[in-house]
Amino acid sequence: MEQVVFYLFAFLIISSALAVVSLKNIFHCALFLVLCLFSVAGIFVMLHAEFLAAVQILIYVGAVAILIIFAIMLTSKLAGRDPIMTNEMTFIGAFLALILVFSLVYSLSNTFFRLADTEPAPQSTLELGKLLMTEFVLPFELVSVLLLAALIGAIIIARREGN
Amino acid sequence: MELMHYLTLAAILFSIGFYGILTRRNAIAILMSLELMFNAANINLVAFNRFTTPDGFTGQIFAIFVVVVAAAEATVGLAIVILIYRNWRHIDADRVNLLKW
Repeated sequence: MEQVVFYLFAFLIISSALAVVSLKNIFHCALFLVLCLFSVAGIFVMLHAEFLAAVQILIYVGAVAILIIFAIMLTSKLAGRDPIMTNEMTFIGAFLALILVFSLVYSLSNTFFRLADTEPAPQSTLELGKLLMTEFVLPFELVSVLLLAALIGAIIIARREGN
Repeated sequence: MELMHYLTLAAILFSIGFYGILTRRNAIAILMSLELMFNAANINLVAFNRFTTPDGFTGQIFAIFVVVVAAAEATVGLAIVILIYRNWRHIDADRVNLLKW
């Protein structure tokens, strides 16, 4: 059962990611990106990371994907497809990506990882909250400052000058 | 499921994002491929956390930070894309050459 669910999610992730990088219509690409992000959230649930799955749906699907769709609607005509979506690097890029995936899988399969056979902790959200408030409180605060800086920076960059 | 399945899935997803970044001309499509690569990294982090240290949560914490930084990156990146579109009337990354030499 677990295998079936994993392969279903893996198929969804890989096929929608291929659609993201190969479709002509950029708006369809964004919709397939949403499907891909949802499937990654499913993978997180399978890995016992429920809080991370919720974060994935909230931030990626709820915020980043909507932001990308807004940017598409502001910059391109939705009706009709863009005739030239890829540059002349298509074959070289595919070749390099294939080399990358084969070398990654080869090196991973030849590496020994020390696996633990204990069961995962049942309440990951509680433990994550404790860790974020104790051991990782400094990076937590720093990342909030980073978000504020990105917010102000985006407003200043995208603002129309002169008014 | 074993660790290797998840790592292979992440490697394939990363390579697809890599291909998209190399070949796309639309700047927003490049940013979308970047999100795919971030997600591949997150799958790796969570899978290692689950299979090597199931009683710790450092991998998940790192994945949360990656998500936050990716959100900040998307915000600033899309603001720059919109600014480029306002000035040039296109977002073709091959023809935006202000920083090329």
